[in-house]
Amino acid sequence: MIVYVARRVALAVLVVAGVIVLTFVIAHLVPGDPAATWAGPRASAAQVAAARRYLGLDRPAAIQLLSYFGGILTGNWGVSIHTHRPVLSDLAAVAPASLELVTAAMIIALVVAVPLGLISARWPGRAGDQAIRAGSILGVSMPIFWLALILQLVFAQRLRLLPVAGEYSPGLLFTHPLTRVTGFGLIDAPLTGNWPMFGSILGHMLLPAVVIAAYPAGLLTRMIRAQVLDTVGDAHIQMVRALGFGERAVFGRFAMKLAWNPVAAAVALVFAYSLVNTFLVEAIFDWPGLGSYATASITSLDTPAILGVTLFIALVYVAANLAVDIFQAAIDPRIRLR
Amino acid sequence: MRLRITGLQVRFGERRVVDLAELAIAEAEIVGLAGESGSGKSMTTLAVLGLAHTVGARVDGSVRLDGAELTGLSQREMREVRGRRIAAIFQSPALAFSPVFRVGSVVHRALRLHGMTRTEAAAAAQRAMRQVLLPPALLDRYPSQLSGGQLQRVAIALALALRAEVLLADEPTSALDVTVQAEVLELLRDLRDREGMSVLFISHDLAVVAELCDRVAIMQDGRIVEQGPTSRVVTAPASSYTAELLAAVPRLGAGGGR
Amino acid sequence: MIEAPSTLPTGGARLPRGQALRRGLAANPLLVAGGLLSALIVLMALLAPLLAPFPGDAGSATHPFLVLRPPSAQHWFGTDNVGRDVYSRVLYGARISPLIAVVVLAISCAVGIPLGVAAGYFGGWLDEVIMRVTDIFLAFPPLLLALALAAVLPASITTVIIVIALTWWPWYTRLIRGQAASVAGRPYIDGCRALGISRRRIIFRHILPNSITPLIIQVSLDVGGVILTVSALSFLGLGAQDPTPDWGLMVAEGQNYFLTSWWVVTFPGIAILVTAFAFTLLGDGLRDLMDPKRIFLR
Repeated sequence: MIVYVARRVALAVLVVAGVIVLTFVIAHLVPGDPAATWAGPRASAAQVAAARRYLGLDRPAAIQLLSYFGGILTGNWGVSIHTHRPVLSDLAAVAPASLELVTAAMIIALVVAVPLGLISARWPGRAGDQAIRAGSILGVSMPIFWLALILQLVFAQRLRLLPVAGEYSPGLLFTHPLTRVTGFGLIDAPLTGNWPMFGSILGHMLLPAVVIAAYPAGLLTRMIRAQVLDTVGDAHIQMVRALGFGERAVFGRFAMKLAWNPVAAAVALVFAYSLVNTFLVEAIFDWPGLGSYATASITSLDTPAILGVTLFIALVYVAANLAVDIFQAAIDPRIRLR
Repeated sequence: MRLRITGLQVRFGERRVVDLAELAIAEAEIVGLAGESGSGKSMTTLAVLGLAHTVGARVDGSVRLDGAELTGLSQREMREVRGRRIAAIFQSPALAFSPVFRVGSVVHRALRLHGMTRTEAAAAAQRAMRQVLLPPALLDRYPSQLSGGQLQRVAIALALALRAEVLLADEPTSALDVTVQAEVLELLRDLRDREGMSVLFISHDLAVVAELCDRVAIMQDGRIVEQGPTSRVVTAPASSYTAELLAAVPRLGAGGGR
Repeated sequence: MIEAPSTLPTGGARLPRGQALRRGLAANPLLVAGGLLSALIVLMALLAPLLAPFPGDAGSATHPFLVLRPPSAQHWFGTDNVGRDVYSRVLYGARISPLIAVVVLAISCAVGIPLGVAAGYFGGWLDEVIMRVTDIFLAFPPLLLALALAAVLPASITTVIIVIALTWWPWYTRLIRGQAASVAGRPYIDGCRALGISRRRIIFRHILPNSITPLIIQVSLDVGGVILTVSALSFLGLGAQDPTPDWGLMVAEGQNYFLTSWWVVTFPGIAILVTAFAFTLLGDGLRDLMDPKRIFLR
């Protein structure tokens, strides 16, 4: 087991190194001269040259790469051209809101996917199954940014059921200001007893979370259906039936329990995937997370910020993959021995 | 006769896999159902339990338990019978237990399903484990942590705890070593003698059948070609098929049941 | 995308023929629906010049007096903020996204298949190197790498094609490599080698055909995914530029007028949804058809 974990970790480290190199390459694909951009449009040639020296752009590429590498590892992820703050601290400020949002989306997705997947598996081929399968394919085919706009129009603006945008009602800034402890609004609010804020954040989170939940819900429904159908012919399912358990228990408790392992793996992976989907949703709902930060950076061509977000999410993805690998090996000894 | 099967036919579409004219088991009796693999023996178990539809098969005929007809019952009524009155153990005990549940969890849930309270279930489980000569602590383990023999004994313990009247044993020893096999066979004899259970012992291993069973039925292509007391069938087979099967067995005639 | 390799049938699966095909289709209404819908979309794309009432609107025409008109008999989908007929633009848009998808997938296959076969067949250090590079690219969730690249490159359709192809090829490499490795390990390949059959023949006549089936299924499943990625990039302004009638771009342009003129955003978005849906249905149904186990379980 130790050997397996060590191998996976070593591989992950290698991949992370490669990811950092790749982001370095992307950074240098930017057309134009970064030194000139830094120095400004009215800089003289001498000032541009000075800027180049200052930014270290006159050194050979290999040295630049090494220093970039070292920077990443020591927490220097560059400075955002837009906010003029270190990218890493920008990320620390905006990441919690997105992590909250995606977590909420995953919960919604599971609440939808488990019952629907089970129903689909229990009566395969019938009308209900076909409808659920069509629905889940609809979920994974959804243009997220469009769904966000539509839901915002219908529920927030026309029906006025839900808030339009923002993380919480602006008025609460004055009446019940939120003291940030962990950075996570939904944790800080109850922690400081600020229940009106808690409710407001929840309400504002609902629409964007539902939008982001569409893809995972579709994916997980299909996966649960496939996993449960796979086990339905197994001997232990027959044994449980022979003991007198009804079909609902057979599917809901016994078959489903077996499906949790691969489903948990998928949840970890689609979590990182959904973090990227926030790019398409947060700006529309004014949700102050990674997505809004990324969209703003893209619009203002803030390369350090764009790459910082990219690196961050890639690291989350690698970490999630690693965690899944180790978790699955711990549960199923056959995986380690392969 | 406690369990009486008459005219049982199991069909997959047009293909008939089981065609049992008559098979009966009395109280405190072990009846063997022997034949080659694929002769339809396992489908008989599913048919008796009313689970043939789960593999897409159709069942006709009669199965009577203590005189009451089972084949017409609704699924809800059959669930009362399964486990509680007719129990089953299967060929690969390692596969029969769900790998993600502790063994005791399944036992406990099954007992509670059939009406016991939490304390009654715990007590019954412990008692049954001791009866099969296993330490009750093994209930806390996962199937991957127990040997095939141990798992099979847990399955038998489950049937004991549920106080089933009939045990359908589908190739229970085929996946076990010979020494472990002997222990399981001894347990089955105990069930017959001490609990008065009716056991249907299904196997392709004629030697084991001959050693264990009181009466034996020989199956070929879904049909019973011969039935009778083990000692008679083994020494003076009436059917040529039985004779062929017997000839193929390396070591014969340890005698019949008791 | 995430569920790719594990849920695919092994290389032994084949497309059923004749009666089996007909039965498979009958049992799979979703496949039939997906196939018909996809065919319809392709047809509309091809016939766009004939079907569009205002073909010029798909280009640089503007009509200042018809700005933001709601759907009517004249303009089925209404008009946008410079007076262009949304219906015509949506029709012409059907030529863009699917075409980009085809090009992207073709490039990904062209890169991924040779690399995968090389890695799977030759094994050893070549395999290690190729797979490590693949792993690094796969460390990025699909949209992310494309986004990062597109953000630093000039916005255009070409950029979109290149960046998506760059993010897509590793999936196919990994897929083909797995298949090729398993086929190459089979005893009969050793037999071929012993008979003196040339390496090239082995690869082209044995390894390749047996590895291809899961790839075909995966490609058909991916069409929808690529279309969504394309529209996402366009929405963020990184893809096609005005006046190209790219659906994602149309949604982005209509955003500001959405409150009062819902049609500018709704119809292009529905087009994206329906197209991705149709092709994914088709791919899903194909997968079902080719997997013998699934036919049985239905």
